[in-house]
Amino acid sequence: MLRFTLYRLGHSVLLLFLVSLIGYTILHLAPGGPLSQYALSPGMSQAELNQIAERMGLNRPIPIQYLDWLSSFLVGDWGESFRDGRAVLSVISGHLFATILLVLSSSVISIGLGTLVGVLGATRRYSAWDYLATVGAMIALSIPTFWFGLVAIYVFALRLDWFPSGNMYSIGDESFLDYVHHLVMPSLVLALVNVAIWSRYMRSSMLDVIGQDFVRTAKAKGVSGRRVLYGHVIRNALIPMITLAGIQLPMLLSGALVTETVFTWPGIGRLFLDSLGYNDYPVIMGVLMFTAIFVLLGNLIADILVAIADPRVRLE
Amino acid sequence: MTRVLTVENLNIGFRSEGRELPVVHDVSFTLEAGKTLALVGESGSGKSVTSLGIMRLLPPPPQSRARGKIILHSDEDIDLLSISEARMRRLRGDRIAMIFQEPLTSLNPVYTIGDQIIEAIRSHRAISARKARERAVELIDQVGIPDAAARLTTYPHELSGGMRQRIMIAIALALEPEILIADEPTTALDVTVQAQIIDLLRRLQAETGMAMLFITHDFGVVADIADRTIVMYAGQMVEHGQTEAVLETPLMPYTSGLMRAVPELETAGLNQGELQSIEGFVPNPASLPNGCAFHPRCTHTLSGICDVPPVPFEDAGNGHLVRCKRWQSILENAE
Repeated sequence: MLRFTLYRLGHSVLLLFLVSLIGYTILHLAPGGPLSQYALSPGMSQAELNQIAERMGLNRPIPIQYLDWLSSFLVGDWGESFRDGRAVLSVISGHLFATILLVLSSSVISIGLGTLVGVLGATRRYSAWDYLATVGAMIALSIPTFWFGLVAIYVFALRLDWFPSGNMYSIGDESFLDYVHHLVMPSLVLALVNVAIWSRYMRSSMLDVIGQDFVRTAKAKGVSGRRVLYGHVIRNALIPMITLAGIQLPMLLSGALVTETVFTWPGIGRLFLDSLGYNDYPVIMGVLMFTAIFVLLGNLIADILVAIADPRVRLE
Repeated sequence: MTRVLTVENLNIGFRSEGRELPVVHDVSFTLEAGKTLALVGESGSGKSVTSLGIMRLLPPPPQSRARGKIILHSDEDIDLLSISEARMRRLRGDRIAMIFQEPLTSLNPVYTIGDQIIEAIRSHRAISARKARERAVELIDQVGIPDAAARLTTYPHELSGGMRQRIMIAIALALEPEILIADEPTTALDVTVQAQIIDLLRRLQAETGMAMLFITHDFGVVADIADRTIVMYAGQMVEHGQTEAVLETPLMPYTSGLMRAVPELETAGLNQGELQSIEGFVPNPASLPNGCAFHPRCTHTLSGICDVPPVPFEDAGNGHLVRCKRWQSILENAE
């Protein structure tokens, strides 16, 4: 188990390095740059621009810049924002809570609801409910998140006035209920696609297990229907879902990027988009690396959980 | 001799594309305490469906439907086909137990074998976990696995196929059932392991006096274990009698055909012992041939006789039953 974990950690470090290299390259391939913002200011001379470039270290060759960035990154110095000079790590951590709140609540919704829908679909296969769930999942999967978010704002915020149209809390309130009130729409919108995906996978995973010989054995033992379902079928059907949850994590984060923008949610996703607009390289790289670490960590945890849930994996 | 189960005119049909396909026709037999009845036939002959029908483990109506009577004789007679599912569940594993063909997949991979034996016990008896564990150790020991107590915490994937089948047998015997249904329990195993499992089942039957319904396609196994034998073809019983009678003087051409298709040690490699297969396939239940279901594949077919219904299940003497209109003339020609 320890060797497995260490091996996976080594793997992750290599991946992170590649992510940073590719990210840095693509960033510099994009037209414009941090200086284009300054260049727009009236009366800005070339000499002044060169001075700014030198201060930011942008006048050096790109490989040198990358190595410089990498060596500071490795010792925990993620650089300063070009925009306001604040340390990248503190900028990110300022937006972290909002994203974690959103991603976590929508994960709970999508896993909980998706599992329920999938289990019901499998146990009542070909029933009206099963067809409804199938069609519902198709529709949910075909709707772009931003469109669904806008419709939700129009209907539930503007027309019905049930929920606020954006932001994480009302100024001057900030109570727990106020947070929940603001959280409902974005987390549901973000969860929608994942409920659909999760329920489809759960349904087919359930059907897979229902047909297994050991389920027949359990019935032949005289085990009650409820226990066969929970103890044998669902217990085994959830194992592949752990891996799926790990794979879904990046999707959830990219979904959060859109959702945060639509609902003006002050999270990492919006920070990323804003930073892109400003060509704020250190922050962009910071968010990129942070997200990559987050995803790799999620997958590592998923693999460890699978090993715990499935004794056949444990011995490897 | 105590009768423990009577199956009367059991008919089982599966629903397919809006209509019901009959796969088991009018099967009747009895099981007696301490005795073994073998159900023999090719794949698709309806033998496994019959056994699952007795356990009521087939998909629920309307996907499948069973008619007739399956009577469990105890203090009172219980017709398994007319009781509620809840009552059936209490009988399953307790009074009638079953083991299956695939020991590799028949145990849940995520639970220890101890847990799986204990689950069987505690599904029927309100006893403490400690008592159940003691009983599980006893059972593992009984099925001939050494170091029983240490095995409780092993997982199925850590055991060989033969060991897993022994665990399946331990689970089946946990509550000392009157009836054990064994659906090809040795088919997936090595020959040497096969013999061990057969020996084990025979020993356990002698110890417990349970009745056994043994499903197989292997006449070698039949000769080893069965007191009486039923040969099934296309969902029908085509021959039924004492095992010696059926093996020594098979009356139905299908039975002799099946027996010729078994390789034997004495004849292997010798010219006179050429292995013979039965031409053709088991008919589709949706379109059974007229008259005798076997006649299109039979070498003794006479048109005008074999393709005309009905084909009665006749007593050829001493309770040896055969479903063949020509059995007498075939027997005379052979002599």
